[in-house]
Amino acid sequence: MAAPGVIAPSGLGSLIALLRDEGYRVVGPTVRDGVVVHDDLAGVDDLPVGWQDRQGPGTYRLERRDDEALFATAVGPHGPKRELFPPRQHLWEAVSDGDAVFHVVEPPAPDERIAFLGVRPCELAAIGVQDRVLLDGLAADRVYAAHREQVLLIAAECHQPAGTCFCASMGTGPGVVDNDGSVPVARADLAITELLEGEHRLLLRAGSEEGSRLLDAIDHRAATAEDHAARDASLAAATEQMGRHLDVEDVHDLLMGNLSHPRWDEVASRCLACTNCTMVCPTCFCTNVEDTTDLSGERASRDRRWDSCFTIEFSHAGPTSVRTSTRARYRQWLTHKLATWIDQFDTSGCVGCGRCITWCPVGIDLTEEVAAIRASDGRKSTS
Amino acid sequence: MTIAPDLPLRDPLTARPYVVSTIRQQTHDIVTLDVRPAEAPIAFAPGQFDMVYVYGVGEAAISISSDPATPELLSHTIRAIGWVTRALNDLQPGATIGIRGPYGRGWPLDDAEGRDLVIVAGGIGLAPVRPAIMAALAQRDRFNRIALLVGARSPRDLVFRDDLDRWATNPAIDVHVTVDSAVRGWGGRVGVVTKLIPRVPFDPDGATVLTCGPEAMMWHTADALVKRGVDPNHLYVTLERNMRCALGTCGHCQLGPVFVCRDGPVFAWPEVSGLLEEREL
Repeated sequence: MAAPGVIAPSGLGSLIALLRDEGYRVVGPTVRDGVVVHDDLAGVDDLPVGWQDRQGPGTYRLERRDDEALFATAVGPHGPKRELFPPRQHLWEAVSDGDAVFHVVEPPAPDERIAFLGVRPCELAAIGVQDRVLLDGLAADRVYAAHREQVLLIAAECHQPAGTCFCASMGTGPGVVDNDGSVPVARADLAITELLEGEHRLLLRAGSEEGSRLLDAIDHRAATAEDHAARDASLAAATEQMGRHLDVEDVHDLLMGNLSHPRWDEVASRCLACTNCTMVCPTCFCTNVEDTTDLSGERASRDRRWDSCFTIEFSHAGPTSVRTSTRARYRQWLTHKLATWIDQFDTSGCVGCGRCITWCPVGIDLTEEVAAIRASDGRKSTS
Repeated sequence: MTIAPDLPLRDPLTARPYVVSTIRQQTHDIVTLDVRPAEAPIAFAPGQFDMVYVYGVGEAAISISSDPATPELLSHTIRAIGWVTRALNDLQPGATIGIRGPYGRGWPLDDAEGRDLVIVAGGIGLAPVRPAIMAALAQRDRFNRIALLVGARSPRDLVFRDDLDRWATNPAIDVHVTVDSAVRGWGGRVGVVTKLIPRVPFDPDGATVLTCGPEAMMWHTADALVKRGVDPNHLYVTLERNMRCALGTCGHCQLGPVFVCRDGPVFAWPEVSGLLEEREL
């Protein structure tokens, strides 16, 4: 494995060019319409150079910095899920042979080499969670598996967490977390730490043979003890600056023991059941299937699209909706994310990215909801 | 890629073609479709279900209602409720449907070995237990008594009437049928199925019970059985929720920590009674 190296910010351009030459589609954070989204990167200039975000419950603003930092924005609404498990996926097609007889045609497996550049540590954790759900279950998901096998992950550690970030509470950041098995974390092929103190530079550490090869292929100098110390200081400062905190102690039993807590009614009076939180969540995996027939009636397509437990038709027994109230739907989402996910997949479904807080149109903050339930825990004494 | 008998399927979400051979009208809104695979038949266990696809309309989760000894002729018994089930009710013989499965955890017949086997079915709930009845009768000496308690809203809502008539004269199984409200010409019992529970001869201490019907009926059945002395750990129910994948990844069929498709649809009563008790979980 290549030893850690240091490059100038412009050196990332050589890496992007190298990856594109090798046939990778390089996808990473870029500014569009006043937001950091995920899109194709052609060079360093496509990154959010000199931008910083200000995020809070229901708000997101980009602001100019007085430096040329590349990775001073935290996560935007997009994440790697959009590419690994796209919002709409074609499953298969039934082709009519006449007289109510048909045969089935499957599309070829997705074949695209994607290199994600600037993947945040919380997103590595989210990919790890999705691996458990979509690869380790009864059957590996074909679309996800095909994308996942070919993906290259170049992480960017966080030196400037947003006001809605709480990865430190979830044990998923702000630095790249070693996969010790306690939380499922996707391995980064290469991890970037942007160092702004003194000379603006990027510390690169390889996490796989492929990452090692890439590091060897670009001009760099060897990392020094000062570089590593600067990284430690940067991550410690980021942990201090974390905008939010979630107390995860006993959170499974806390929530499952408080299914009748009045707070569910209170939050339901604010929640619009708009599904935004589930659409921006990097681990939400629920899907629906749509059937569409072409105008001739000769081809019937089955397509899968992201779904949300906030819709009234999401869950039903026979013709009857199971969760008719917003209270029940919010409770389903939060208890699944933080509690029953652990029963199902032996990991929390929350990685602390804070997207659901930022993109909630009424600013509902799950850390606040859990704290409110904890403050008036309705469980009888268990001792 | 065209699916042919000698090609393995790559995607667990892709249906295999089956041909509808016969259609049996069970009630005014319930049919039983007998289908034959265009490919090699796939073995199933009593209580398992399939995802059944209708061209251009979609898929629905449907229990298999036929004899597990003959997987080359699969039956699904379907009430017309939604788009897919209505389209399935309108099919003609010779039509192709898509099927993938079987899925889920079936009835625990092994649990009933050496014990009394009691089966309680309400309405279309007879369909998912029918394979268990057939399997139990085929291995009759594994069990002590076998009792079947069937309830329906009215005589015209009874499904598998031919089977009920045949089993009624079979000494291997003790059949009791009741309807909530009778019509002229009905000579049988009247009353809800739970009323039968105190009367039917079986040993509550040594009974394994399989129950299938509407959720409210299963609650009342469980109450009556526990009152009679049946151990809830030997009481099994099957649950119904909408499903899109049947693999535990679409999220729709969750009941608290449980995926009904993957962890069920058959559950021991203590596994789910607390979850069902919680409203809108």
